[in-house]
Amino acid sequence: MRKENRISSKKRKGYRDEKAALIILLIWIFLAVCVPLFGPYSPTEQNAEIRNQPMSLIHFFGTDEFGRDNFTRVWYGAGISLVIGVGSSLINGMIGILYGAVAGYRGKRIDMILMRAADVIAAIPSILYVILITLVMGPGIKSMIFGICIAGWIDMARVVRGEMIRLKETDFAAAAKIDGISGIRILFRHLLPNALGMIVVNFLFLIPQAIFTEAFLSFLGVGLSAPTASLGTLIQEGRDRMILYPCELLAPLITLCVLLVVFHILAMAMERRGGQTD
Amino acid sequence: MMRYTWKRILTGIVSLFLLATVTFFLVRLIPGSPFQRGGVSEQVVEAVEEEYGLNDPLIEQYLSYMGNLLKGDLGISYQDPGTSVEEIIGRAAPLTVSLGLSALIVSVIVGTGCGVFYAASEKRAVKKVIGSLGMLAAGIPGFAAAILLLMVFSVKLKWFPSSGLFSFSHYILPVTALSLYPTAVITRMTGHALDEEMAKDYVLFARAKGLKKSRIIFTHALKNAWFPVLNYIGPASAFLLTGSFAIESVFTIPGLGREFVMSIANRDYTLILGLTVFMGTVVILLNLLTDLLGAWLDPSVRRAYRKK
Repeated sequence: MRKENRISSKKRKGYRDEKAALIILLIWIFLAVCVPLFGPYSPTEQNAEIRNQPMSLIHFFGTDEFGRDNFTRVWYGAGISLVIGVGSSLINGMIGILYGAVAGYRGKRIDMILMRAADVIAAIPSILYVILITLVMGPGIKSMIFGICIAGWIDMARVVRGEMIRLKETDFAAAAKIDGISGIRILFRHLLPNALGMIVVNFLFLIPQAIFTEAFLSFLGVGLSAPTASLGTLIQEGRDRMILYPCELLAPLITLCVLLVVFHILAMAMERRGGQTD
Repeated sequence: MMRYTWKRILTGIVSLFLLATVTFFLVRLIPGSPFQRGGVSEQVVEAVEEEYGLNDPLIEQYLSYMGNLLKGDLGISYQDPGTSVEEIIGRAAPLTVSLGLSALIVSVIVGTGCGVFYAASEKRAVKKVIGSLGMLAAGIPGFAAAILLLMVFSVKLKWFPSSGLFSFSHYILPVTALSLYPTAVITRMTGHALDEEMAKDYVLFARAKGLKKSRIIFTHALKNAWFPVLNYIGPASAFLLTGSFAIESVFTIPGLGREFVMSIANRDYTLILGLTVFMGTVVILLNLLTDLLGAWLDPSVRRAYRKK
């Protein structure tokens, strides 16, 4: 009895963290969409008269060396991070689901060949690929998403494959087969929806990973470059001037950290809940 | 077991081959010539390209590169003729390795310690604090932590030096920044695995026998809970190697990561190629090694393969 109480109160507390994380994420998305669209300043327009201003009520995070409003630039950058994170995760998710579903459902030789190929790709550190691809394709959002998608789907494929192997042995899958339903239909209508929990958990982990990769590379100077300033680019630019204008560095840095931590909290929470309902 | 070993070694070899091939062609695809820059005439660029064999058919270049690679010859730097890529690696690698190895040791020790503490403690507050700190450490990227540490501890407080890697105090900030993420992962792994182990019958039996909790954890449960950590060392080394790109750039340490970033800025193709192949090889071999070690040591994996 006492133990039950403890678990349920723990659960309630857990939900509180998740709710807070979700609210912060929604605020971040709202600001990333609205500030560049409806705000009074443009993230790229330069104005020599208001260079290097400190934080004020007119410019919340001050202005940079070209007189651009840092508040607008930070949220514009956060928007780019979100686009890259969600966009590449959607593509990775789709590739991974199809790949893993085929491997797990067909089994035997096809499974072996597909998963060995995935192992081979996964063994090579993916950041090295992403860097080379941005060099070949030129810096930009497209080449960044393409680079992230080269090896990013493998985790998803492994998870979906495992789920398929487990689910295809279940009674309802056998019943569907006896009913004469085609393999593809069983896969998409009956098996994949049952793996949805695990897919969502994995998807939520993919987003912060992609955002991190983009910020990391832009910070190194091999990702996005001006004028498409993502959070990583802003941090890179702010770093040179961090002693004189710390705000220019700290604002994008903290925005990025909060975004990543919030995604982690949500993903972990989903993982725990997925484990409980199973 | 032998079958698993051979299969794993074969995958490793294919990975190495793929790495070298893909990297070679990608680097050749990078637009522009490494020798093109202001003030250099077309003829000079062409002459130098001829000299380095860049005008030969691609397949010939590829074969000769692969042949040299097997002999351990990675070529000569384009921007710094006279030094070979091996020399640059030989100069830079010790710094990166010592940084990465320190970070690995720190994260294994601190991570396992925090994990044990997490599982052993019955206080909710302790679990909550370790869990939240772990969440923060897992979420905050290493380069962001590095900048914050640099700003606070070496610019503002001046406790630690801000650049180079010469003495013990030079190591503290970069190693801290680099080891944050793996420490969080290892803490979570050991914490959860220990929690599961502690609920098993043999622990109950040991408790009934009157063994102390610390003894149960350290001599029985931890041995079983630690296998996932062993398997994680491969991916962790990949993370530490690539993570050090940013850390080395923040703390101006002339290691592999900094050489790599500079070689990209300089369009030094042989150096980009050589460093990518070298770092990829190190990661692939470490992955192979820890996987095999894990398989040999972990009785459950051994048993699963014996059945087949």
